[in-house]
Amino acid sequence: MNGCYDVIVIGGGPAGLAAALEARRTGAARVLILERNNELGGILNQCIHNGFGLHYFKEELTGPEYAGRFIAELEGSGIDVLLGAMVLDFNDGKTLHVMSRSHGYQELHAKAVVLCMGCRERTRGAIAIPGDRPAGVFTAGAAQLYMNIEGYMVGKRVVILGSGDIGLIMARRMTLEGAKVLACVELMPYSNGLNRNIVQCLNDYNIPLYLSHTIVDIRGDKRVEQVVVAEVGPDRNPIPGTEMVFDCDTVLLSVGLIPENELSRKAGVQIDRRTNGPVVYENMETSLPGVFACGNVVHVHDLVDFVTAESQRAGRAAALYAQNGEPQGPCVEVRNGRAVNYTVPQHIRTGNVEKFVEIFFRVNNVYRNRVIRISSGGKVLASFKREHMAPGEMEKVAFPKALFPQIADGEITVSVEEEEAQ
Amino acid sequence: MVDVVIVGGGICGCSLLYELSRYDVQAVLLEKENDVSVGTTKANSAIVHAGYDPHPGTKMARYNVEGNALVKELCEKLDVPYQQIGSLVLAFDEEQDALVRELCARGEKNGVPGLRVLSATELQELEPNVSREATSALLAPTAGIVSPWELAIALAETAVKNGARVELNSEVTSIEKTEGGFRVTAGGRVTETRFVVNAAGVWSDRVNDMANPHAFTVSPNRGEYYLLDKSSGDLVHHVIFQCPSKVGKGVLVSPTVHGNLIVGPNAEDAEKGDLGTTAAGLAFVRQAAARSVPAVNFRDSIRNFAGLRALTEIDDFIVGETEQKGFFNIAGIKSPGLTSAPAIARDVVRMLGEAGLPLREKDSFCDERHVVRIRHLSHEERAKKMAENPLYGQIVCRCETITEGEIVDALHSPLPPCSIDGVKRRCGSGMGRCQGGFCGPRVQEIIARELGVPQQDVMQDRAGTAVILGETKKGGRAE
Amino acid sequence: MTELICIVCPKGCHLKVDEEKDFAVTGNGCPRGAEYGKKELTNPTRVITSTVRVEGGAIRRASVKTSSDIPKGKIFEAMRLLDNVTLQAPVHMGDIVVHDILGLGVDFVATKNVPPRT
Repeated sequence: MNGCYDVIVIGGGPAGLAAALEARRTGAARVLILERNNELGGILNQCIHNGFGLHYFKEELTGPEYAGRFIAELEGSGIDVLLGAMVLDFNDGKTLHVMSRSHGYQELHAKAVVLCMGCRERTRGAIAIPGDRPAGVFTAGAAQLYMNIEGYMVGKRVVILGSGDIGLIMARRMTLEGAKVLACVELMPYSNGLNRNIVQCLNDYNIPLYLSHTIVDIRGDKRVEQVVVAEVGPDRNPIPGTEMVFDCDTVLLSVGLIPENELSRKAGVQIDRRTNGPVVYENMETSLPGVFACGNVVHVHDLVDFVTAESQRAGRAAALYAQNGEPQGPCVEVRNGRAVNYTVPQHIRTGNVEKFVEIFFRVNNVYRNRVIRISSGGKVLASFKREHMAPGEMEKVAFPKALFPQIADGEITVSVEEEEAQ
Repeated sequence: MVDVVIVGGGICGCSLLYELSRYDVQAVLLEKENDVSVGTTKANSAIVHAGYDPHPGTKMARYNVEGNALVKELCEKLDVPYQQIGSLVLAFDEEQDALVRELCARGEKNGVPGLRVLSATELQELEPNVSREATSALLAPTAGIVSPWELAIALAETAVKNGARVELNSEVTSIEKTEGGFRVTAGGRVTETRFVVNAAGVWSDRVNDMANPHAFTVSPNRGEYYLLDKSSGDLVHHVIFQCPSKVGKGVLVSPTVHGNLIVGPNAEDAEKGDLGTTAAGLAFVRQAAARSVPAVNFRDSIRNFAGLRALTEIDDFIVGETEQKGFFNIAGIKSPGLTSAPAIARDVVRMLGEAGLPLREKDSFCDERHVVRIRHLSHEERAKKMAENPLYGQIVCRCETITEGEIVDALHSPLPPCSIDGVKRRCGSGMGRCQGGFCGPRVQEIIARELGVPQQDVMQDRAGTAVILGETKKGGRAE
Repeated sequence: MTELICIVCPKGCHLKVDEEKDFAVTGNGCPRGAEYGKKELTNPTRVITSTVRVEGGAIRRASVKTSSDIPKGKIFEAMRLLDNVTLQAPVHMGDIVVHDILGLGVDFVATKNVPPRT
């Protein structure tokens, strides 16, 4: 392994695999994937449930199968892979300081870098659940790793806090392996998981979902013995007198994901405080020229298929950057309007768009029969009808290039409006 | 027959074992848990106090000022994280301005070097994130921050290296007076000893009562804390105290030696062993901290914990021989106990000598310790270490950059850990923002491999804190 | 009329199934939704995923799935068939792990390659 590459991809999960393959297809001669685990595939390896790939492969796959398709493509592609490799830091000159068991300490150089580090789970400490500190409190993903990769049971009687998808999936997983899941408790009045997961992970197994509830106390000396759950009011504070006690040995937390950007921050990449991910252009380039980002390190996706599509754009752009340098031209800012929590991308270089630009975002509440509107200078440029929108689901609109000439003041706003307002 | 049995493996017990291991003395430390440093030693503010707070003439005043210098020296010698960052006590009104001046005078009487009262302007220049409402502050440049559990572990390890013994999982259940000393029963085993030193923390009243008439009662007082992500670690650069009151030194905001920000504690009466946090306690800490450092961002929280202060009815440390000759107490060690421990240990060694323990210095006392911490090395040093041992190139804890090599080192140290948290205390794995979510299973696997035990027998922390409750696919089903 | 959330894909369409009109489905975004709506009320089925033990592999477990959906009522019975299965590495994606589950004409198949331990 020589130290100079056209494109170095940091992370060998779904984002990194797609980005590397697309960079190679676009003509990058030397591409390297740096993966910190000893296996490619990232979190998909422990997501053994099905439901992946319906958009991209038009068939329903499990996580390992979805990753397996890309890993199989890598063979013979000429892409280098370094496993067990941790990037300690990199600079805007794109020198990466890397350590690995097989190669020790190395400095590697790239013309373009793609950040694909994914995300991590919020923990008990992040949400400050009071109570004792016994063993038996896991993030849902940690429990999933123990169970699906190692084959260990982490609990027999389980209460799940948060209704994120991993929590819902684990409710079913643990039930199938013989545990009793007593409750899934959600602070918000709606679930943050996909509807289909509530149906087939909770309802199928008669697991109650307590919306507008939270855990107010964890009890246990050595291992969890009890949790106390209470209803919360509109201010999200527990309502005294509504406490319910569950005898259980395990608490799983599915209370949100945070893009893992410590490396990006250290390198000086501008971070959007709404997404906790890098601010990106239409081609997934970050504020550092030649440094791209894609997948859950940019914003937390609901479906891996969308991670793949986004990462292919990033990989392609990285290869083009390595060949041609920075695209030039005017830039449009994307603003968040009513009910829109964030958008990706945040900037669009109009000259770099072929037919349309896809704008991804999440809404701040559950809505029915609304219109997504793209407006500029007080004028509506495009509208998209939606019957159902929820914070747990990523929204996507394709904004046609043909409308770009109507953009005023170099900015567009994405908002969600009542249908009648049309 | 051994010379000295020490009951309790906290900072006091470990300090004493270390001091005794300088001499040709057979010393045994009995600890009820599966590791040292797991009581109050691991759950406190981690501050090396300067010594202006205790009243002149108390044991606390003397041991604190002596201990302040000793902790620094020990940390350098034994490779323990320590930084002398200095502390500030903030005043918010005229009454507190006067108290700050009084603390300064008290500190000078106690022999604390370098104390200075800062004006509001000087304070703002030094710490721009401290509240603009602060009217003055006492600067104590000798105050520092330390990793308390690593200090205790380093002391115990060094003692073991020099021939002392640590017996874990050995809860003392009885102490009988014998002709030549005492018969101590712990974990079902009996040890005959000439001397007993009780350093049992919140349980020291019970241990005292095993060999003595009841003399004091420990009434634990609980303090709850927030630990914040490293992204908040440089919000302040000194230990920021508020003016002390009757209940304690108040809520502090301080960087930690590991680069985080620690905020706390409150003070509530509690039962022994009650280490739970409460919504009310944490809310109090948030509000109180905002008074000194309004910019503390509690959304950066990565962990909460609580520790117990071993308060007794006596407003000083209880250190010395009891009515029962040969039995010594190191009890009621509240703040500034961590700072004082090395000084108390030296003093107790002197007392043991006076009570008839022969103190002949060993010819070959090994007084050093080195720990490889890949994260603290330069690129060149890292490259060298990884070339020596490829395991130093294998990252296990991604948040804190801890390698498999470091974990394996700890597992083969003189006092090896047996739990995930035991490894965490020595290496720092799992201390970061993901709190062991990614590395916990991997650390557990490495412990199992290195110690030759089944993975499911490796606990999170204390005995009984099982992480894994069995395997899938054994045909078994929950009832 | 029964309201359902479609689970065919992650989109989660809100379906209305009319039992009176031969389970006619509305609200579906694709033909698979119509099929699901009818089936969910007449013969609900699910794909089941789990793991089995592997000996001599780089990891201790291989993930598996049912090669097709099976009746909901048979889920736990099908799961029990995996309890005593132990595969030898290497395991290849698609390997049949349990043949013809409960006579349903559906197999448990491996969904992951497990190379031998090195």
